[in-house]
Amino acid sequence: MSVDDLQAAYTRAITVTVNGQRLTQEVPVRLLLSDFLRQTLGLTGTHVGCEHGVCGACTVLLDGEPVRSCLLLTPEVDGHSLTTIEGIGGPSGGLHPLQESFRRHFALQCGFCTPGILLSLYALLAEEPKPDEATVREVLSGHLCRCTGYASILRAVAAVTDGEGKEP
Amino acid sequence: MHLSRLMFLGFPLGGVTSTKPPAFAYVVPQDVPEVLAALARYGGDAKLLAGGQSLIPLLNFRLARPSVLISLNAVAELAGIRPEGAGVYIGAMTRQRAVERSALLQERLPILPAAVRHIAHIPIRNRGTIGGSLAHNDPAAELPLVHLLLEAECEIGRQGSPPRRVPMREFLVTYMTTVLEPEDLLLGVYLPYPPKDLGWSFAEVARRSGDFALVAAGCLVGRSGDVVDHLRLVVGGLGPLPIRLWALERQAVEERWPLPTLLRRAREAVAELEAEGDLHASAAVRRHLARELCSVVLTEAWQRAERKEV
Repeated sequence: MSVDDLQAAYTRAITVTVNGQRLTQEVPVRLLLSDFLRQTLGLTGTHVGCEHGVCGACTVLLDGEPVRSCLLLTPEVDGHSLTTIEGIGGPSGGLHPLQESFRRHFALQCGFCTPGILLSLYALLAEEPKPDEATVREVLSGHLCRCTGYASILRAVAAVTDGEGKEP
Repeated sequence: MHLSRLMFLGFPLGGVTSTKPPAFAYVVPQDVPEVLAALARYGGDAKLLAGGQSLIPLLNFRLARPSVLISLNAVAELAGIRPEGAGVYIGAMTRQRAVERSALLQERLPILPAAVRHIAHIPIRNRGTIGGSLAHNDPAAELPLVHLLLEAECEIGRQGSPPRRVPMREFLVTYMTTVLEPEDLLLGVYLPYPPKDLGWSFAEVARRSGDFALVAAGCLVGRSGDVVDHLRLVVGGLGPLPIRLWALERQAVEERWPLPTLLRRAREAVAELEAEGDLHASAAVRRHLARELCSVVLTEAWQRAERKEV
């Protein structure tokens, strides 16, 4: 294989499934996934806080696993599947039980960190429907929230895992 | 203060105000020979993209400006955990999260998944790789410390040469530097299994869960009756590289120390190590933490060790 066959390029055509919808797009290779989602696709539910992976506001699901979209270049998701906060609600636009529980338990105020937290929890519950509090705290430790103090978030999660939430 | 810490402060220093990557060309090799060919061609102007969890922050703050980025994410053969001889081989692109969850490693090499659990947070570990962390060689990183403790060997590939294996103590050179040259690719790492009777422990001190460690320590301890018959102790966070206390290890076994002696002598040895301070913790604080942490890990490893009859 000659190295000339390797196309080093400044743009790349990618195919990616976003919230169940397959799309193909030519993107600048240096476009961060967070900016692709927000600016190219108009999915502004994903928020950008620190742009170096610490705050967690940009967290989305890549093939079901939480990742920092500010630390992914868009071409890296070619051939993969993404879930953003816009993708976890019910089929007719309703709220996911986690979202409903957050609303009921005041688990958000400004809401900036909330999409990232919801997606991390969504991924956790998909794998472990009844995690213990230590596990939930471990997941939350990857998200900085300046408003709530986290206690209401724990209450909201407990309400769902203890079965008080409606079925999705 | 090094680059990861500059960003970890939460604001850019030195007049850096851009927070989007600069322009670079992107290439996606499909196998190892293609990677090596790309490295040979683009050489020092190129950076390899593994998990991106250390590199992309540097790009975002424009502290790195490679002209070419060579993605490793399509080279499936670089990832995987497989038995090899009396140990295990971990491909460089194996995600940290996969190491954390590996049943094989939890059974045969538990200190490794235990240490990986301290790395940042789950979303970081879902992308971050074993090879990327070793090649990056951050002084506070868990993986270089544990690989030094476990006497791992790094396998390195280069176009036109057969792969070569370098022991960890040679691989790590200094602050953020390894033996890897611009044309080199870290292929993976071989970890020999330690003797089964050894106790192990890893611990670190960080201000918040998931932060960069201020100080970290790992050890392996073997017991014959109530004295040490095997000892490995590594401390990180005091300087550019994790420090292995070779002299202490030799003396402990030669002089057949019981636990109280081991703890006392280890504390003395750590107190004499050179330490560098920074904005996060002074040298004195780091030395203090290192002393305390050594007592913690030595005690835990001792309790885990099989008490072999003499």
